[in-house]
Amino acid sequence: GTSVVVYMVPQYSSIHIAAVVVSMFSTIICGFLFLLVVKRLPEHVQVDDPAVVKRLAKKLERQQIPLRSDYGYKVSLFSHLHQYSRKAPLTQLLSIPSTVIHPSIVRLGLQYSQGIVAGSNARSVALLHAFKQVIRDYTTPPNEELSRDLVNKLKPYISFLNQCRPLSASMGNAIKYIKKEISNIPSQCKEEEAKTKLLTCIDRYIEEKIVLAAKAISKYAIEKISDGDVILVYGYSSLVNNILCEAFEKSRKFRVIVVDSRPRLEGREALRRLVQRGISCTYVLISALSYILPEVSKVFLGAHALLANGYVMSRVGTSQIALVARTYNVPVLVCCETYKFCERVQTDSFVSNELDDPDDLMVTRKGKTQLENWQDVSSLGLLNLVYDVTPPDFVDLVITDLGMIPCTSVPVVLRVKNLDQ
Amino acid sequence: MPGADKETDLTERIEAFLADLKRGGSGTGPLRGSGEMARETTYLLRRITAQARWSSAGDLMEIIRNEGRRMTAAQPSETTVGNMVRRVLKIIREEYARSRGSSEETEQQESLHKLLTAGELSEETFREHFVHLKANVIEAINELLTELDGTTDNIAMQALEHIHSNEVIMTVGRSRTVEAFLKDAARKRKFHVIVAECAPFCQGHEMATGLSKVGIETTVIADAAIFAVMSRVNKVIIGTQTVLANGGLRAVNGTHSVALAARHHSTPLIICAPMFKLSPQVFTTCSLSLNDVNSCFPVLKILSKVNVHCPVFDYVPPELITLFISNIGGNAPSYIYRLMSELYHPEDHKL
Repeated sequence: GTSVVVYMVPQYSSIHIAAVVVSMFSTIICGFLFLLVVKRLPEHVQVDDPAVVKRLAKKLERQQIPLRSDYGYKVSLFSHLHQYSRKAPLTQLLSIPSTVIHPSIVRLGLQYSQGIVAGSNARSVALLHAFKQVIRDYTTPPNEELSRDLVNKLKPYISFLNQCRPLSASMGNAIKYIKKEISNIPSQCKEEEAKTKLLTCIDRYIEEKIVLAAKAISKYAIEKISDGDVILVYGYSSLVNNILCEAFEKSRKFRVIVVDSRPRLEGREALRRLVQRGISCTYVLISALSYILPEVSKVFLGAHALLANGYVMSRVGTSQIALVARTYNVPVLVCCETYKFCERVQTDSFVSNELDDPDDLMVTRKGKTQLENWQDVSSLGLLNLVYDVTPPDFVDLVITDLGMIPCTSVPVVLRVKNLDQ
Repeated sequence: MPGADKETDLTERIEAFLADLKRGGSGTGPLRGSGEMARETTYLLRRITAQARWSSAGDLMEIIRNEGRRMTAAQPSETTVGNMVRRVLKIIREEYARSRGSSEETEQQESLHKLLTAGELSEETFREHFVHLKANVIEAINELLTELDGTTDNIAMQALEHIHSNEVIMTVGRSRTVEAFLKDAARKRKFHVIVAECAPFCQGHEMATGLSKVGIETTVIADAAIFAVMSRVNKVIIGTQTVLANGGLRAVNGTHSVALAARHHSTPLIICAPMFKLSPQVFTTCSLSLNDVNSCFPVLKILSKVNVHCPVFDYVPPELITLFISNIGGNAPSYIYRLMSELYHPEDHKL
């Protein structure tokens, strides 16, 4: 390129040529930096790009993992996301016995895709326990180093779990931590010692980031619960349930309103657990929100992830609750552990989301299922979203294990965490 | 005696209608649409006018008012019944005034002059007997019936003025008026419709199947996803059960959340409601009966230890509404009180 420039403009002075050369190099360097800093877009939000899909298929073939096919008519707004059916789990396509994938990972994948293990904390803990089993059963092959080989062994497992159900932000952070710990194992470490070290690391991660964090968050949150409160919760969040049960044990007098929504109806699980403890509860569907909100004094919400621009990613319906609560001037408190903080930014619920099985929306009343043959009607689509994002102006406070922060302080926490590491 | 037969026949019909009302409103969504309800009520009132024994307008109004009270007591949530009764009362007043020869305009105007000089005027007792009053009233009621028959078509005809190509329209639950509106627009324009299913009865599913059969691109979403998809919606078009005098709505459960989400995204909220839904009543909601609650939440075995709330209607304040489309055209919510004063007489607001 430089020689062409010199040839074509001989009358220009060398200073001009130097300027052009420098600018060309700087654009190339900027390009490299850009590629280094910005992460590559994950595959599961690029389903409409055939090149990406082909690349993924090749990668899975190499790792000997079956590719899961999409199901049903997808709404055009979401053609960039996968949509799977629960009736066709990935494990049916695996050969038995599977030589590539560890059995506890197969079991975990099935539990994810059928919804048996759901909720970001539960999924992360299950993942870490499965990885512990994998590490226990692992033996370093000869002429290989544990730190590199184990990480390579984990890659197909992660692809498999991703195919069963897209990884959550908390699982992503946990996997990053494990990979870092594995690669930091010094090469002269003996195998048994390395394995026990890794197992204790994982145990400590679970203990610190999930169990102790929950205790710290409860401590902060209980300060915010006063006697006579009417607290509204949505769906089933293990953290919020924990807070309410502990507050009840500390003899705070309050009652709970559980809001639930179709098609998952997770609020029933929360209701069952709260009633077992003896907390007085009310149960409504999300359409009755405007009716019930005048009675409510506080809203406690759980989160799936907290994004770097302050948006809260949580179960679909959370943003609606926050919006209506803001209209009625009811404070909205989000409870979230710091290991769920994520560096992604997102402003709407479309670009990165999960589409659940559309058949779940069907319902049978009085023996009639209205949408029974929805597949046959070409212009009818069912949309079963799993997540949505709540803008930070609807959220009054975020309670984390590091304290009570406003939504906009999430990037500060992320930076502090990165500096620690 | 033929007279007695007619009377027993009339009372039988009235009793049958009342029983129907009591049965019909269990909250599983109206078994019949409000349009049909309005028509049935008007037929019955016409029959009462034709067959009951009355000598002056005052008697007729007393009879109709009594029957109206019984009908609204049978099913308080069905407001169209009371609305039709009030319309007929207004018709009777007008016909009486016309027969007397005084123009309606001067009767209705509340001028300062009238206020000052009104003290000595005799009260309107409606005691005069006019020969043709019965025929006139029945003719006017027939006109009302023709108006009722044409309401859905009148509203649907305005569809092309409000929907352009490639729009995304959101609707909630099931409304026959909105279905006709959208189907009419679909004949000439291509657009997408997102239907919120409206738990617990999921009437949105029926609406979606109806719309997709005529080839409209329809998507069914759960109630929880309304705010999530609202940013891509261009208009929200919904029906309602009742339009209140201040321009607010008494609509199916969940409509207030939709209205708030639409306001947050500055999306216009358009209500398709025929004029017979306009009611001077105060907003009250009712809850589902216990049977329906048990059928909606079948798996909750701990229902006995838990309070469950299932309201049927929501109040939507007029500030959240952009436009009312009715059979007489489009109106802003701030104008509804004026339309109401043209439809009903102030003394009939409380039956």
